Amino acid sequence: MNTGIDGLAVEKVHVWRGDRHVLKGVSLTVGPGELLHVSGANGAGKTTLLRVVAGLLRPEQGAVHWRGASILAARSEYQAALAYASHEPALKSDLTALENLRFLVGLKRPVSLSELGASLERTGVAQCADLPARVLSAGQRRRVAMARVLAYRASLWLLDEPFTNLDAAGAALMSTLLEDHVAAGGAALVVAHHDLNLSANTRHLSLA
Amino acid sequence: MTGPLHGISILLRRELLLSFRRPDQLLQPLVFFLIVTTLFPLGLSVQLSLLREMAPGVLWVAALLSSLLSLESLFKSDADDGTLEQMALSGQSLTVIVAGKAVAHWLVSGAALVVISPVVGTALAIPASAFGTMMVSLALGTLTLSWLGAIGAALTVGLKRGNVLLSLIVLPLAMPLLIFGAGATDRAISGTSAAGALYWLGALCVLTCTLAPFAATAALRITLE
Repeated sequence: MNTGIDGLAVEKVHVWRGDRHVLKGVSLTVGPGELLHVSGANGAGKTTLLRVVAGLLRPEQGAVHWRGASILAARSEYQAALAYASHEPALKSDLTALENLRFLVGLKRPVSLSELGASLERTGVAQCADLPARVLSAGQRRRVAMARVLAYRASLWLLDEPFTNLDAAGAALMSTLLEDHVAAGGAALVVAHHDLNLSANTRHLSLA
Repeated sequence: MTGPLHGISILLRRELLLSFRRPDQLLQPLVFFLIVTTLFPLGLSVQLSLLREMAPGVLWVAALLSSLLSLESLFKSDADDGTLEQMALSGQSLTVIVAGKAVAHWLVSGAALVVISPVVGTALAIPASAFGTMMVSLALGTLTLSWLGAIGAALTVGLKRGNVLLSLIVLPLAMPLLIFGAGATDRAISGTSAAGALYWLGALCVLTCTLAPFAATAALRITLE
């Protein structure tokens, strides 16, 4: 499998936080049409790994490559292909759901309001479009954050515990979105502490 | 991909919209500026000459402090709710994000302060003939301060209570502003040419507008990790 060229490749990444050796030589690859499920106990470094992959945290050793180039060298190209959803929904409580999407997605690529509306519709929160994020429930906020991931139109999804706060219907929707993304040739790196039960091309990585 | 200029305009619109959704945060620094400057005429003796002599200093110190009030939240609220990470990964350079936020900060704090400064000037017995110079010097000074403040805010964004440290970082850097700003206003009051001091303020403003974005970007990159 030549995923190092057309996908994401993480090579022997080491991260220390103070005296703690959090990531001890983690290597992984995610190619197009693949989903990598990263699991591990609390504090095993799942979120740290995701931040390293996103380029938010620079590892002490090792490197992250996207389509064969270091993500530090091909920074803007990598970020254009990337959708990162942290465990925070990253919404401003004083802006409406639609405004939240408009500003953050607009920074990444020119986008029309109808397109953003369609993303909100897809994640089942179209009725919340004009409500300030402050009045939304935690599950609705998660769905709005997911609508943002869709609207980024990215080929690589990095999702940190995307099933948190979602009801049964929301979790099923989340699984469908992930399966559709992978089936359309997208790559996904999903951090979740439980099983995903997806029919998509899934591999597992357990952080000790 | 969205170009840098378009990126800055999106950020400006976002910051202004957020400010107007929270008018209390918009008004508090302005009210602070008004109150601090009106305390002086009440506290000092009613000699107009004494008040007029102290007015430039009072005006400038109050302007610096009120600008500082709103600086802490420049990056902090976005860092706390995760939107700063999203912006950092948007494909825009961090410098674009810093620039958009610093300019927006100046528009809602500095520019507003310039607009209400004649009211304060009147309370401090500054003659109307000096208002022009006073407003130009305040505009240049507060813009410089927004840029300097962006560096301080970027450095302290990771701290729980970084407000005091932010003041300790920014206020020493703002001393030249105080000297030349108050100097320009003082000259305008006494009727002599304030050009020299204004040129210095302009030079400081150009210097920070060109260099501070990069310093603030570097600081923000460190604290994001």
